[in-house]
Amino acid sequence: MSLDDLYREVILDHYRNPRQRGSLEHPDAHAEGQNPLCGDEISLDLALEGDRVTDVRILGRGCSISQASASMMAEAILGKTRAEIGELTRRFKVMMEIEEGDAGLDEERPGAALGDLEALQGVRRFPVRIKCADLPWVTLADALGASSPPAGD
Amino acid sequence: MSELARLAADFPILGREMNHRRLVYLDSAATTQKPVQVLEAMDAFYRRHNANVHRGAYALAGEATDLYEGARAKVAAFIHAASPREVVFTRGTTSAINTVAYGWGLYRLRPGDRILLTVMEHHSNVVPWQLVAHHTGAELAYLPMDREFQVDLTALGELLDERVKVVGITGMSNVLGTIPPVAEVAAAARQAGAITVVDAAQMAPHVPLDVQALGADFLAFSAHKMLGPTGIGALWGRLDRLEAMEPAEGGGEMISDVDLHHSTWAEVPQKFEAGTPPVAEAVGFGAAVDYLSAIGMDAVREHEVGLTAYALERLSAVPGLTLHGPADVAARGGVISFTLADIHPHDLATILDQQGVAIRAGHHCARPLHRLLDVPATARASLYVYNTREDVDALLAGLGEARRLFGVP
Repeated sequence: MSLDDLYREVILDHYRNPRQRGSLEHPDAHAEGQNPLCGDEISLDLALEGDRVTDVRILGRGCSISQASASMMAEAILGKTRAEIGELTRRFKVMMEIEEGDAGLDEERPGAALGDLEALQGVRRFPVRIKCADLPWVTLADALGASSPPAGD
Repeated sequence: MSELARLAADFPILGREMNHRRLVYLDSAATTQKPVQVLEAMDAFYRRHNANVHRGAYALAGEATDLYEGARAKVAAFIHAASPREVVFTRGTTSAINTVAYGWGLYRLRPGDRILLTVMEHHSNVVPWQLVAHHTGAELAYLPMDREFQVDLTALGELLDERVKVVGITGMSNVLGTIPPVAEVAAAARQAGAITVVDAAQMAPHVPLDVQALGADFLAFSAHKMLGPTGIGALWGRLDRLEAMEPAEGGGEMISDVDLHHSTWAEVPQKFEAGTPPVAEAVGFGAAVDYLSAIGMDAVREHEVGLTAYALERLSAVPGLTLHGPADVAARGGVISFTLADIHPHDLATILDQQGVAIRAGHHCARPLHRLLDVPATARASLYVYNTREDVDALLAGLGEARRLFGVP
């Protein structure tokens, strides 16, 4: 397990230059998440048109993993429908659960469609840090769950 | 210092590897490692002397009771209490402070009364008082901090008015390392008619302590931060204060007589020790203070002052590193909090962990203080008797690796 795998350049780039940073004046959905034990914080605003996320803004502070994960997530969900976001979340979770395997991500594997988020797979080798990577996704699920009752899922 | 460095051999865990490196344990402010002397004392208790205490007319129960009360006497002597009766065994510092908050504060505080704390308190000396303030209508007020990370005594005269009934102060900040002038504050509090409650969780393990000279009314500390086991700590109180205080918990062992509608309390300290106490832990606590007393608390302090000075000197030379705590080693202990450029403390902790170096990252149960410092989190390295200059060097090497990984010049 290598620290260079954990702190990849793309992660440090998202940490230092977070995408979609800020807040919305009238968000259609909003949620705040924090890891009380370590103090990482995320505040997430979504603009929704029907089923689709048309804007996303995130404010937060915390470690490179939580903040990079938030930035990458913001980029990944922009313009996506709830169903697409559900699929993305599922793939992300599966990626974070994989125990072993340096084989890289082939087309069949869940990380393949995740873009920059793939870079976070190094985190799963550092179990105490997985909750950092998960925080924005948990917050996203909160925001989408609160914005309208999920229809039959 | 070289003499103390050999102590590490007494701590089995320090012989293990972590991530293929020698374990360098720099988180003693969270909990300390345990010497074989403590482990063996607890093991021997269960193997040879285990029985419930203060009951049972058989010899084995007498042995257990003698060991339990013997541990109380050792702890009392360690802090120079006037009598072993002044030492109440609790689950730790937190429960000791809650014992005072609920046994003294709840019964005596009135609406408009004030509880005066410092801004550098651990949550365990804040939240119990918030709860009791909520029940009684009392208010909280805070002594500020000056630019040297010291409790600002110039504000003491102004804040310590007749409304203040309780002053709560740490004996050593678990974030800054600051050693506040507790004796001075306690003297002023007494003059103003307030009691002083000292959170000595970081003080008792690291500096020579004489509770009679200190002049406070109550003082709380934990065994596990001074080489002993978890699950036990002590509340020291002046005997007249303990006698006037109500028990916060009721149950077996703490009564003198019980009928269906009323009970009378046992004598101090049993009055505050409801239920079967952690006897083996008390024995371990006694062994821990024996171990520290054999070294001598003056020698412990001297070792830590020397090591802290070395660590501060080396850390201040790291580009981009900010130290959060007093520069003067005479005014502080070996709790060293810092931040490094834009590298988050959690990332530092992960990187150091890969070199075998264990430090703490976060707000260290002192959120109000971190808001004041205007940092969400800090990295904290804390030193104890078993640490050496080599340990500090390992920390510095790890910080070098962190700067490389994050591209910090």
